[in-house]
Amino acid sequence: MADGDIKEGKGVGARLIRKEDDRYMRGRGQYIADIKLPGMVEVAFHRSPLAHARLRGVTIPEEHRGSVFTAADMVGVKPMRAVSGLPGFKPSEQPAIVTEKVRHVGEPVAICFAEGRAEAEDIAASLIVDWEELPAVSDMLKGREPGAPLLHEHWGDNIFLESFVDGDIESIAKDAAIKVTREIRTARQCMAPIEGRGVVAWWDNRLNQLTLYSACQMPHIIRTGLCGCLGLDHAQVRIIAPDVGGGFGYKGILLAEEVACGWLAMKIGRPVRWIEDRREALTAAANCREHHYFITGYAAADGTLLALEAEATVDSGAYSAYPFSACLEAAQVASILPGPYDFKAYRCRTYSVATNKCPILPYRGVARTGVCLAMELILDGIAVEAGIEPYEVRLKALVPPEKMPFDNITKKHFDSGDYPECLKRAVAAIDVPAVRARQKRGEPDGRLIGLGMSIFCEQGSHGTSVYAGWGIPMVPGHEQAQARMTPDGGLEIRVGVQSHGQGLETTLAQVANEVLGIDPAKIQVVHGDTGMTPYSTGTWGSRCMVMAGGAVATACKELGKRLGRIGAKLLQTDVANVKIGNGEVVGPSGSVSIAEIARVWYLRPQDLPADVDPGGIEVTAGYKPQRDSGTFSYAAHAVVVAVDPVTGGVEILDYVVVEDGGVLVNPMIVDGQVYGGVAQGIGTALLEEMPFDAAGQPLASTLADYLLPGSTDVPSIRILHMETPSPYTEFGQKGIGESGAIGPPAAIVNAINDAIRPLGAEINQVPATPRRVVEAIAAAARAKKVA
Amino acid sequence: MKPGPFDYARPATVERAAALLAGSGFAKLLSGGQSLGPMLNLRLARPDLLVDLTHIASLKEIRETKDFLEIGACVTHANIEDGLVPDCTNGMLPSVASNIAYRAVRNRGTIGGSLSHADPAADWVSTLTVLDAEIVIRGAKGQRRVPMANYMLGTFEVALEEGEFLEAVRVPRFSKSARWGYYKFCRKAGEFAEAIGAVVRDPERGVCRAVMGATHSTPILVADATALIGQGFDAAAAGALLDRHEITDAYERQLHVEALRRATVQAGA
Ligand SMILES: Cc1cc2nc3c(=O)[nH]c(=O)nc-3n(C[C@H](O)[C@H](O)[C@H](O)COP(=O)(O)OP(=O)(O)OC[C@H]3O[C@@H](n4cnc5c(N)ncnc54)[C@H](O)[C@@H]3O)c2cc1C
Repeated sequence: MADGDIKEGKGVGARLIRKEDDRYMRGRGQYIADIKLPGMVEVAFHRSPLAHARLRGVTIPEEHRGSVFTAADMVGVKPMRAVSGLPGFKPSEQPAIVTEKVRHVGEPVAICFAEGRAEAEDIAASLIVDWEELPAVSDMLKGREPGAPLLHEHWGDNIFLESFVDGDIESIAKDAAIKVTREIRTARQCMAPIEGRGVVAWWDNRLNQLTLYSACQMPHIIRTGLCGCLGLDHAQVRIIAPDVGGGFGYKGILLAEEVACGWLAMKIGRPVRWIEDRREALTAAANCREHHYFITGYAAADGTLLALEAEATVDSGAYSAYPFSACLEAAQVASILPGPYDFKAYRCRTYSVATNKCPILPYRGVARTGVCLAMELILDGIAVEAGIEPYEVRLKALVPPEKMPFDNITKKHFDSGDYPECLKRAVAAIDVPAVRARQKRGEPDGRLIGLGMSIFCEQGSHGTSVYAGWGIPMVPGHEQAQARMTPDGGLEIRVGVQSHGQGLETTLAQVANEVLGIDPAKIQVVHGDTGMTPYSTGTWGSRCMVMAGGAVATACKELGKRLGRIGAKLLQTDVANVKIGNGEVVGPSGSVSIAEIARVWYLRPQDLPADVDPGGIEVTAGYKPQRDSGTFSYAAHAVVVAVDPVTGGVEILDYVVVEDGGVLVNPMIVDGQVYGGVAQGIGTALLEEMPFDAAGQPLASTLADYLLPGSTDVPSIRILHMETPSPYTEFGQKGIGESGAIGPPAAIVNAINDAIRPLGAEINQVPATPRRVVEAIAAAARAKKVA
Repeated sequence: MKPGPFDYARPATVERAAALLAGSGFAKLLSGGQSLGPMLNLRLARPDLLVDLTHIASLKEIRETKDFLEIGACVTHANIEDGLVPDCTNGMLPSVASNIAYRAVRNRGTIGGSLSHADPAADWVSTLTVLDAEIVIRGAKGQRRVPMANYMLGTFEVALEEGEFLEAVRVPRFSKSARWGYYKFCRKAGEFAEAIGAVVRDPERGVCRAVMGATHSTPILVADATALIGQGFDAAAAGALLDRHEITDAYERQLHVEALRRATVQAGA
């Protein structure tokens, strides 16, 4: 069977229609904003208008006393802390509500409530806050300079963490024929799931429990974090993530608003609800992607990559966000910058810098999007110097299949794959000679055609050893899943990960179907509720299909054994003689359906002999892949653009993705993940940017200023699959959820540069806005004049 | 992002609307709400009273004479796009309308609201300026008319006196041989323009007009553009116009000149 072909059945590999889409497509999803509880009040926060200031006092108008609370009221509530175990890390304390000092625009200063949100906003607007404004750090490079204003005074500087990977660059550099150096920048972005954040909290007297609904990706981690802040036992907190309209990392965090709303619900004894609006998201939560690189690649005259040296700075924002910490990005930059390549020497120094912006969060692709941009721009630079096609430079440096599994220069363990073949398929699909011919012909409208590529690998589903090394509050262990039969032969799968668009209600049912043969229509996947599911670190890091998929398979196999033992009794044969599959237990002289076994077990136990296995037909099982260093999916992106050299406008004419995610559990869903990821990557490449002024004010406070990719900005993307199994996972599947968002900025910027290179121009920054493109061309023209 | 409290009135006649406007307190007119809605939600506008014009039948009327087409203030962009409004501009009005924002915005946004909101980047602002349209203004004292070039005074600023509102626009009829050009540059479909070039050439009527729009203020109008575009496009002259309007940013200048050049080419000049 060829890669990506349609497979029979409903198990692993089937293009099964998503079960959850029935309610989503009919508008029957149940999101936070759909939850209404009797007596519920609405919350609005008074947020800091300043980026850096000391709080002198809050004046609450007489008529609103009792509807407003500040940090002074929240006695005993602890700040959020995400410490990293990496040596030299400086921890920060992030209060849910500002105590003495505000460190970014939008930090909550007071929590206000009323019967409706508009009234709550009226109250929030009526507060008078006395501030002593401080100079702000709004640029990470300036924040590194001595004498910069300090966010956390006792640190003595603004560096959360400095990390260093050393290698012998000098011995290579002295003989390298080619040296390419660039300064590269990515913009600060605001993740923009269609549904923003939201919280509903209420105190359940019967259960002595705070029930907190949150549009989140990791309910169990939120529970642990919230217990720490509010001083509650785990038994006293239940977190429910109902339908969640997109996450991307934006909802993989313990929120100040969760802590504050949880506290308020207990304080006033009424259900409270906070729904984030777009302005809050843009001004208080633009929190990802901002990197800066000085990077140099060394290559032989023929373009063979020899060494790489980089200094990377990541704008980590004001605090270390729980649980991923302020240094996840920068620490990852150092370890993954070498990409899918094999070369001799590597050196990288990274800085996680505290600035007066909101805390950085890992956004789909995490550090990889910036890393891939930096690395791939260097490779194109080398190709130009060597006078060969960019893909040829890459083919010389990619880890070849015969070296798999491969430990790269930073000890990343690439599990499997044929990276050169992936690139070759992209080269063929985009038709490089045809594009080159078109470039020669020229366009009637004067636009310039450019071809760009990127290739990268994505470590996903990394487990205990990797996270223990980072030493952050959350270290994934064995992933657990529960499989339990219902009396009517239905199967309930309970998982601690959360599905917010990934289609896990379908794919995990496919996994169970693969093992037990039960029709997915009779399998219910329960997730997003700490009261109903086993503990898990949740959904992040492209981990669900590998980790939860493996756990579901493990639980189903154990359940199958138990069903087999009962089935053997019913078939009056020894358990060694029965087999399970296709929804039934088959013996030498007949079979019994799983449904019948469940019915007998629960409803007609009198039909079972006394020596039946008493273990029952509910199983919780834990799972780890054979190695926990992560799966490495990989992809090549190839794009053709047309650049208008006068307006700077960029149009994407063709876009190809060749993707290897190992064995695909549901290729249709994988395609969807890739499409969505590429759309976001296009946003990173061309549109999305949250600028800040020198005082730390975010300048794009509405979606008219913060441009997101729309339907007209996303071309029809051609996806080709390869399916190289991972040797370490249950079915050979690999994590792939983030992949689509990683490759586009590199491929698109390379394509723009390919188009404008004849003008002597180059761009090394995203988003590659029309203004930046035009300015790059103008700068090249000026340089030519001088020369 | 919820508005502060306000009262709401939905008059059925222009007279009643004028009376409500003249009442006490800070009243604001509401048409399509596509600009005012966000301003209310962001609390940039805090009126005491909203006077909704969209239920006044006469404001949705169209009137044709041999010289002009009169379009009521509350006619939507979508109505014009869909050809529900007769065209007297050889296709310019529906073409411009169809490229305003997204369809959802066009379904509600009105020509009167757009012109009165007076965002320099709005399409009708530049279009009706190049078309030499006339604005019909209604107030408690009755009607008056001003040319579009005198209606918009600056960014978000129009020549309405206390208690007045825009009742209709009058668009001069093109002759058969007239040609037009309209080019707007925006970051993505549906966004406001960063530069607009608009040209009307109607030798039979002795009209040759050009506009550079989406500037920082009112559109730059060249009422007699014969020298600018008559003998091909004079980029230096366009640049000089930008100098005069103190548009110094190199990128903006390049966009404005290019937008006008492309509009000129489209108009066959
Ligand atoms: C996402 C988005 C994209 C957009 N993109 C574009 C675009 O590309 N090009 C473009 O041109 N426009 C664009 N717009 C604006 C849109 O065209 C609006 O329709 C227009 O600006 C306002 O018209 P309205 O009828 O909605 O007016 P309203 O929002 O109701 O009112 C706007 C202002 O005008 C006043 N007003 C309303 N009617 C009158 C009247 N008859 N007399 C006097 N004052 C009045 C109001 O009091 C208010 O101050 C966009 C809007 C949105 C939301």
